[in-house]
Amino acid sequence: MDFDFTEEQKNFREEVKDFLKSELEKGYFKPRQNAWMDELSQEFSKKMARRRWIGLTWPKEYGGQGRSYIDRMIMQEEMMKAGAPLAFHFLGDRQVGPTLIRFGSDELKKEFLPKIINAEISFCLCISEPDAGSDLASVRTTAEEKGDYYAINGQKVWTTLGHMVDFGWLLAKTNLNPNVPKHRTLSEFILDMKAPGVTVQPLINILGIHTFNEVFLDDVRIPKNRIIGERDKGFDQIMEQMVYERAGIERLMQNYPVKVCLVEYAKTTKRNGRYLWEDPLIRNTIATLEIEFNVGRILCYYVAWTIDQGKVPNYEASVCKIFCTQFEKKLSDVATQLMGLYGQVLPGSKWAPFGGIAPESYLWSPSYTLQGGTVEILKNIIALRGLKLRTK
Amino acid sequence: MDFGLNEEQTILKNETRRFLKNECPIDFVKEMIEDEKGFSPSLWKKMAELGWMGILFEERYGGTGGTFLDLSVILEEMGRVLLPGPFFSTVILGGVTIMLSDDEALKQRFLPGIASGDMIMTLALTETEGSYAIERVESIGEPRLDGYVLRGKKMFVSDAHIADYIIYPARTDQKYQSGGVSLFIVDSKREGIEITPLICLDLQRQFEVNFRDVHVLKNSMVGGEGEGLNLIQGMWPIIVTGKCCEMLGAMQQVLEMTLSYVQKRHQFGRPLSAFQAIQHYCADMAIDLECSRWITYQAAWRLSNGLPSRKEVAMAKAWSSGAFKKMTVIAHQIHGAIAFTKDYDLYLYYRYAKAGEITFGDENFHKEVVAREMDFQDQ
Repeated sequence: MDFDFTEEQKNFREEVKDFLKSELEKGYFKPRQNAWMDELSQEFSKKMARRRWIGLTWPKEYGGQGRSYIDRMIMQEEMMKAGAPLAFHFLGDRQVGPTLIRFGSDELKKEFLPKIINAEISFCLCISEPDAGSDLASVRTTAEEKGDYYAINGQKVWTTLGHMVDFGWLLAKTNLNPNVPKHRTLSEFILDMKAPGVTVQPLINILGIHTFNEVFLDDVRIPKNRIIGERDKGFDQIMEQMVYERAGIERLMQNYPVKVCLVEYAKTTKRNGRYLWEDPLIRNTIATLEIEFNVGRILCYYVAWTIDQGKVPNYEASVCKIFCTQFEKKLSDVATQLMGLYGQVLPGSKWAPFGGIAPESYLWSPSYTLQGGTVEILKNIIALRGLKLRTK
Repeated sequence: MDFGLNEEQTILKNETRRFLKNECPIDFVKEMIEDEKGFSPSLWKKMAELGWMGILFEERYGGTGGTFLDLSVILEEMGRVLLPGPFFSTVILGGVTIMLSDDEALKQRFLPGIASGDMIMTLALTETEGSYAIERVESIGEPRLDGYVLRGKKMFVSDAHIADYIIYPARTDQKYQSGGVSLFIVDSKREGIEITPLICLDLQRQFEVNFRDVHVLKNSMVGGEGEGLNLIQGMWPIIVTGKCCEMLGAMQQVLEMTLSYVQKRHQFGRPLSAFQAIQHYCADMAIDLECSRWITYQAAWRLSNGLPSRKEVAMAKAWSSGAFKKMTVIAHQIHGAIAFTKDYDLYLYYRYAKAGEITFGDENFHKEVVAREMDFQDQ
């Protein structure tokens, strides 16, 4: 057992911190909690690419560094702490690359992996549909084989950054035989978002921010060689990808600044003549969050370690994501409550404590326990796959 | 980072589990609750032969020179089966105090006896206030020419009825507000010691121990005069983390019992495990267990490696106290009425979890420790 990092890992963390510090000092990015998922900065991603930090865990034969998931988590932890803009390479690095390496044809690997690793292209996910959310196998968008292409027809939703990126990771139905079980009818494709027939329409979230989109696909042609892995095996492939989506530290670290501000606020703010931090109830509440944050952090590294052991962390990543997203929700709730009346003042007002990140996070927070698998779906995974409960 | 046990620890864990599964089935636990002594001397002897009692002691004291992490593995398995008896009292509350005392004569006098299973010990950590604030000890150690006279009531002293020796904190200097507390190791048969059982929901026996002018010799002092507070503070993380390890094992058992029950029990023509409400309860229990496991092992690993661990230990106990209790409450809900009977075994864990929650500092106690650690912490 060892709960410490190696010297090499400690040095790596320092290297990442130094990089971020210097970028910040030069004003190359403005720290923002959601920048990792909604701020496309090809320039920033290129700088990471030059340091070989994209594809850190990919095998060397594909241009990666073949390093551990613990290493990647160290990097990711520091990037999240700093509020760095990672969205340009994020999905390519985390999901698309590893899936191509695992399932993709040599041709696709050769075409896409170098572009991802060099921060030349960006991706979005075209997976969920209006009638296929948690029940993903119910996807209805069709991919009909016609000569040397697939004709795609249907509608996707919750496509983050779909209006700005180059490619979409698409899940569509390739087998229309109603007698085949739904999860044996789907395939994965790489979709050119600029292709004729792709219409992207904004979906504005409850903060009034546009990151989500609806994507309408009307006889869009995808060349046949852009199918990923085996035809009709897309569901199993995507289930495995989702595990890696849940295996990150993003969910814990995204709101790290809220935690920092909360503690500082309590220590520096007087109410009724004494600092909030002197109130036993407030100390207790904040200590609870501190403990939960630390528990969540160990869970994240445990998941990374599990992957490094060569296992798909189905159960572990579900435990981790449930825990961390629930922590996040609680954090913004407690922070806004503790700031009292000022806990409602949003970014843009000079009266907003710490720029209003706490109420902003509170507005985001209903989405935390939904995206990438709802808490309920994840509990099903824990019960049925992890604990192997019988249903008959 | 490495979240796995090493090979020796894995073997130790498996062997401990196998041994306890045979030697300490749940019926034995129930039998011991009714037993006058509350433990089996023959099982105690066997455990000593396996080297468990001396696992932390150096070889020259009859021990095997293991690490705290080795002991953690054993404690976890003991918690799993609710092993009755004075292991925790003897080895941790007694043995570790002596080990940390830096008193060679004392170590030679007591550690080999503990390691061989011939000596049972306990520590009188709390008084009538029921708190762990050792600096506020009110019991008195009055100096005499040949030694001291000890006077004062202790509460919640575990296994005092079978302990050969009781370690007794007493104030030997009235001048200091927080210092001036010394520890004495006292033969429990000495005149003036009155031991009365407390009727508790805990499975472990706890006692009211009254010292009425008990004469002890100078050499019965553990560590130097006025060193009591330092000694207790030094061993406190080991006590607290040790308890977390026991609770961790018990939590695993509660989850396993529940998983087995929900797949056997049928209602509405299906096993309970087919119902999503039940599945989600089970998932909640699994999450609490995983969190407890890693926050506890982080503390144990730090202690084992001599690293600063005040915050980590407090986090482990604050978390585990709540998590274990919550798990037993959910387990009872899932099991339904059957587990509300004495024929079933779950109530033993339910009791154990409540006692574990409040013993050696509850959630609020340890959260305040975490808050204090945050007082000066850079973010």
